Amino acid sequence: MAATQEEILEGLADIVNEIAGIPTEDVQLDKSFTDDLDVDSLSMVEVVVAAEERFGVKIPDDDVKNLKTVGDATDYILKHQA
Amino acid sequence: MTAKIKPSKGAPYARILGVGGYRPSRVVPNEEILQHIDSSDEWIRSRSGIATRHWAGPEETVAEMSLAAAGKAIADAGINADQIGAVIISTVSHFKQTPSIATEIAHRLGAGRPAAFDISAACAGFVYGLTIGKGLIVEGSAEYALVIGVERLSDMTDLTDRSTAFLFGDGAGAVVLGPSDVPEIGPTIWGSEGDKADVISQTVPWDRFKIGDLDQLPLGEDGRLKFPALRQEGQTVFRWAVYEMAKVAQEALDAAGVTADELDVFIPHQANMRIIDAMIKALKLPEHVAVARDIETTGNTSAASIPLAMERLLATGQAKSGDTALVIGFGAGLVFAAAVVTLP
Repeated sequence: MAATQEEILEGLADIVNEIAGIPTEDVQLDKSFTDDLDVDSLSMVEVVVAAEERFGVKIPDDDVKNLKTVGDATDYILKHQA
Repeated sequence: MTAKIKPSKGAPYARILGVGGYRPSRVVPNEEILQHIDSSDEWIRSRSGIATRHWAGPEETVAEMSLAAAGKAIADAGINADQIGAVIISTVSHFKQTPSIATEIAHRLGAGRPAAFDISAACAGFVYGLTIGKGLIVEGSAEYALVIGVERLSDMTDLTDRSTAFLFGDGAGAVVLGPSDVPEIGPTIWGSEGDKADVISQTVPWDRFKIGDLDQLPLGEDGRLKFPALRQEGQTVFRWAVYEMAKVAQEALDAAGVTADELDVFIPHQANMRIIDAMIKALKLPEHVAVARDIETTGNTSAASIPLAMERLLATGQAKSGDTALVIGFGAGLVFAAAVVTLP
């Protein structure tokens, strides 16, 4: 069953917390991964791979650079999840 | 008529008998790298784990570094140079294509007339060489083989590229392989993914210089020609190195019939500390496994990184002779190779 926007946000918050140690409540749709959450380009790859596994989506490298904010990633997963 | 051909007679198995390394004398701290790029020591350390690297001086040529490392490996193995039947050198930064550097090294070591050749397999070059050398011994074409990984990547570093200027280092690492009654080098899991050739590559091919068309060549801010350098797509390399290579590493363990619990040492190619850390997680390596983290003070020395790290782990007592180690190299090609070995 496809995840809702809320579930995806919650999942991303867990992932970002696990990888970058950011408190889950700070992971909000309008937050930028690099500027607000201190997720650097390599950690972003770890976030993406964890999100792929969790939500059953494929996020190619070319698309990763367009995922600036948590909202971008949430929308992408919503649209592409199986 | 089809004559009956006598088969060659090799050793039952092969093993690593000795290891040696050479690190150039000049230590280059991040502060020196920062003279050319807008970055910081903290940024470089957090993205790569690199604090210092060794850069070769004019006298520390690919040949001199190779000789130094090989001499130590031969002494460590306890054999004479004239017993070596094959010299295999992996490098991407020896700028004279022919003759191979291996023939010069064989001659200068006093190895007589062994088979000698260079291979090009970038950061997987050491494990490629190890695999070829093992094959020669088991097949019977050489009793002892010398495998050297050597690089002067400072020559191929674009000091103004803030994503790679801090990454690369120089050095040489060598092992001597010889016959064994028991398997001490497991099956190699190796391969290539040529569809990803652009992910890590040299900025311009050498023949561009032959054409001599300045519009086709990279120019620096000073208007002068820039030497070809290594460039890479960091995120793509990171993803491939961590997640795909963890699978290859696991396959090498499975092929050798060794469990992670039985492993003593993990020596991945020293590309980036973040890759090493993420690989350990992806592989779920137990805490007792000693992990090579030579990158911190050596940088990425491509084909030289695994034997250099191996030598240091043994020298510092973090690993000991007889330990079971997993080695994996991966890099431009893309190419990869992994195997389980017993440390000399």
